[in-house]
Amino acid sequence: MKRNRLRTFMLGAATAAMTMAAGTGGASAVEIEYWQYFFEARVDAMDKLIENFEAANPDITVKMTHFPYDSYRTKVAAAIPAGQGPDVVQLFYGWLNDYVEAELIQPLPADTFPPEKIEEEFFPMVKAMRMGDSYWALPTAVRSLALFYNERMFEEAGIENPPANLDELVESAKKLTKKDGAGNLTAVGLTTGMTAQDHHWIREVLIRQFGGEPYLDDYKTVNYNNEAGLKAFGFYNDLQAKHGVTKAAFMDEPQAAFKAGRAGMHIDGSFRIGALESVRGLKWGVAELPAGPDGTKSNYSSYWVNAITSKAEGEKFDAAVKFMEYLTSDEAMQIWLETVGELPAKPSAAMTDENVNHPVYGPFIKGLEYAKTTVFANESAQRQAMVDMMQRIELQGQALEESVSQAAEEEQKVLDEYYKK
Amino acid sequence: MRFYNNLTISQKQIVWAWIFLALPVLFYVVIRFYPTANAFVLSFQEWNLLGDRKYVGLENYAKLFSDPVFWKVFKNTFLYLILGTPVSLVLSFIIAYHLDKVRFMHGTIRALYFLPFMTSAVAMAWVWRWFYQPVPIGVFNNFLASFGIGQIEFLSSTTNALPSVLACAVWAGLGFQVIIFMAGLRAIPQSYYEAARIDGVSTWTVLSEITIPLLKPTIVFLVVFSSIGFLRIFDQVFNMTTNNPGGPLNSTKPLVLLIYDTAFNGFNMGYAAAQTVVLFTILLVVSLIQLRLLKDS
Repeated sequence: MKRNRLRTFMLGAATAAMTMAAGTGGASAVEIEYWQYFFEARVDAMDKLIENFEAANPDITVKMTHFPYDSYRTKVAAAIPAGQGPDVVQLFYGWLNDYVEAELIQPLPADTFPPEKIEEEFFPMVKAMRMGDSYWALPTAVRSLALFYNERMFEEAGIENPPANLDELVESAKKLTKKDGAGNLTAVGLTTGMTAQDHHWIREVLIRQFGGEPYLDDYKTVNYNNEAGLKAFGFYNDLQAKHGVTKAAFMDEPQAAFKAGRAGMHIDGSFRIGALESVRGLKWGVAELPAGPDGTKSNYSSYWVNAITSKAEGEKFDAAVKFMEYLTSDEAMQIWLETVGELPAKPSAAMTDENVNHPVYGPFIKGLEYAKTTVFANESAQRQAMVDMMQRIELQGQALEESVSQAAEEEQKVLDEYYKK
Repeated sequence: MRFYNNLTISQKQIVWAWIFLALPVLFYVVIRFYPTANAFVLSFQEWNLLGDRKYVGLENYAKLFSDPVFWKVFKNTFLYLILGTPVSLVLSFIIAYHLDKVRFMHGTIRALYFLPFMTSAVAMAWVWRWFYQPVPIGVFNNFLASFGIGQIEFLSSTTNALPSVLACAVWAGLGFQVIIFMAGLRAIPQSYYEAARIDGVSTWTVLSEITIPLLKPTIVFLVVFSSIGFLRIFDQVFNMTTNNPGGPLNSTKPLVLLIYDTAFNGFNMGYAAAQTVVLFTILLVVSLIQLRLLKDS
């Protein structure tokens, strides 16, 4: 009995070893490597995509490796020049310049990814991935902003619909704000926090809605130290200073206040959907961002892209191209939407009736049509300029005009330093 | 072999000592001195982690000294040092001095003081961050509010933020300093105290003439050790102000956080290396001055 079992085991092991050898050692088989940073939903989604891709292309295997976000860039930078690491790599759209300059990635072949076709098929913001005559990277999914609102608080305050424009936003926020006897805020109408998503909201949404354009010259020149900029920042500052419907860093973080049911409205990205869905007892809805005084709609969008590294050559390059084709297909985008909650990068995948009318994804997807993508030189430094601007006004009583002009100067310095290279 | 046989016993001992030391020395050179030297080189270069390093001479240093944020951060770092070291030393001495006299549940109380030192700095910082929040969630402010006292802006004020962060850091290091002080107190021979008691000397004289002078080596150690700690403060600041690291308006930002930000948000490795070299120099100078001042004459 015992010997029998052993024999079965040996046989099984031998068969397994042979199968594996056939799988990897076959003449036509190629293995390519894919790298991304670790975020559970993204890894799950990619597992599914790889499975589907391998089923359709039995001669290609894709090996995924992921790293913690903090060390991701370092690992990529060290591995590729050494001839190791990924064939297809995921990177933040803002890093493209650096990757191209360091020769870590190569352009997408124009025969499979003709630029005209990309521009026809993808949302216009993807244009930031074009350098010269070719595209260097493409996203599977993109993120945009929308207004989350607390349905219970809306009902309590007798507000029927989420605000459609900025005036309504202020009015609704006033009704939703709650204070205790000593005048301390216990619930805010609208969360604010320049360190969360508000700097995007001001840059690409408010400034444009007040008739301005946040940057000129391909995002190399700051352009908000003017009337439109002052109006936008003034509107934002008034929410707290004049209307008293919010407090920066109320309950530490905007999304924490919204999660705790102590904020009526909250502007955030589509990546927040997953986290909010798991909050028990919170009833929330999503609406498009309120329109500007003259009805202008705007939104901010960001994304992570996939690119083929300079390491991929020969048959690996061909396999990488095929994999990129799959990653930018409608099917892959729909899987990504359902697993991660991030929105398809192509209107053909995003604007299906089902997606557009979806109560949660819908407003984000509609926002994509008019979304702009800021080209950052150093996102954290550029954000800091805005954080400091608001704090100088709040904590040191600096005049708005002066603070905006100082911030514009500081941000311009960051841009100049980056582009002088 | 003959050479070895001709050595005296003590010379042979030295040879063996070096043979045994070779491995740790080699290890130390590779993991300690090589990266340090590399950082010095990097401080004269420009590098964004990707691509090639490029020599830029003294540009990074020139930029550093003309950067107002650097000087603000420089000032903050010394504020942490100047406020933190004496406060934590005096507090821990007072606690150790009295704890030394306590007989009742001595071990338990000592353990309770030591407990924070074993806790992760990150966890502590987040708990204190919660303490400091405004109404409706902050513990301190809710407590004040229940007595009808107005709120205090702890972390979101340019004047209060640094002391607030420092309080957490002092508290976190207290356990360690108390234990070291107690060991120092226990090491003072009892006969001195007995002699003093026979002479009928006052408590104050005992303290100032016997205890403190004999504690000098302990004090020197703690001053140097905690100064280096406060000059390198990072965990508490970073975790209590993650929304706006080092804020508001850079009022809590220490040098290490500036370095971190330059390196891993700005990907400006050369500039970050220059800041590191400056921090290293400060640490070296401060430590040398302290050792010299507190040396036994």
